[in-house]
Amino acid sequence: MTSARILPLFAAGFTLFIIIDLLRRHQLREKYAILWLFVSLAVLVIAVFPGVLSFGARLTGVQTPSNLLFFVAALVLLIVCVQLSWEVSRLEDETRALAEEVAILRLEAQNHRESHPPGPEE
Amino acid sequence: MAHPGVARAVAIVPALNERKSVGQVVAALLQEAPGVDVLVVDDGSTDGTGAAAASAGALVLTLPYNLGVGGAMRAGFKYALRNGYDAAVQVDADGQHDPAYVPVLLAKLEKAEIVIGARFAGEGEFEVGGARRGAMRVLAGVLSRAVGTPLSDVTSGFRACDRRAMTLFARHYPVEYLGDTVEALLIASRAGLRVEQVAVVMNPRLHGSSSQGSLRATLYLLRASIALSLAFIRRWPEDERERVVSAREPV
Repeated sequence: MTSARILPLFAAGFTLFIIIDLLRRHQLREKYAILWLFVSLAVLVIAVFPGVLSFGARLTGVQTPSNLLFFVAALVLLIVCVQLSWEVSRLEDETRALAEEVAILRLEAQNHRESHPPGPEE
Repeated sequence: MAHPGVARAVAIVPALNERKSVGQVVAALLQEAPGVDVLVVDDGSTDGTGAAAASAGALVLTLPYNLGVGGAMRAGFKYALRNGYDAAVQVDADGQHDPAYVPVLLAKLEKAEIVIGARFAGEGEFEVGGARRGAMRVLAGVLSRAVGTPLSDVTSGFRACDRRAMTLFARHYPVEYLGDTVEALLIASRAGLRVEQVAVVMNPRLHGSSSQGSLRATLYLLRASIALSLAFIRRWPEDERERVVSAREPV
């Protein structure tokens, strides 16, 4: 019984530690940290009180409690992946606009240099 | 003024590693389309395409990394708008597009906001593999209905745009593969722009070859269909139409 609780406890503790450490070192934006903190807290609660899972399974009509866990985990991961794809698309649009801007500015700077050649210093 | 109705025009040449042909294309454009500036958009080339274009007499936009044809064209349209050009013609850097048609496309801009230089439209012979040609016909049929003008060659990259079309495309030119040709037409017609075509003869490429074969053609049609379906269901901001219309006044 105790060994069955050590693994989830360890997993939750480890995730919490990593997230807090990344936050502390300014490596992770709050909007992502909140999600993972929430997930690791949920894992911690289930590890300490496995009854929560069985209760949830009875409530939703899922026969095996672990299947409820898998279902919810897969759903959360799916949502996170879609959200990240969205973020990447947005970032690509932003870097693309910057690249276009850089190219235009470079040509304009060059045109400017050619029309105003640096004169001899007084 | 070389072209009635068009005060200042620029030929935008997106180029990725086309050092061997870009110089010839630029020189031919300067000769065959007098009064039209040439802007080569170096799309992250690593073979000195930009330098070759500049020494042939083109303005060169150097993108810091590869953005694809769509991204290169957006940059070109932005530059053209900011520098007060009234029209732009997209010309491929591989020598397929005959610069002699540039003035023809520009002249037709009196009747529409976008003019496509189309193969299969009567003039000249252009051999394309059977399966690929079939795929192109299907696309042309669907798009002709959507746009409301009979178009025979919707994947042609040889196009002229006026200021209204440039205003739209500087922000919304599609950047996905094939989107730059097929989806762009749908975006334009949704924004209320008219599309016309002019028959052109295309040259064989100076270097490199176009992809052929029936498997590739099928893949091509599949990707084009995806691009097209997306274009049909995508939403566009309401104010876009007004922005484009308000750009009608010449600057």
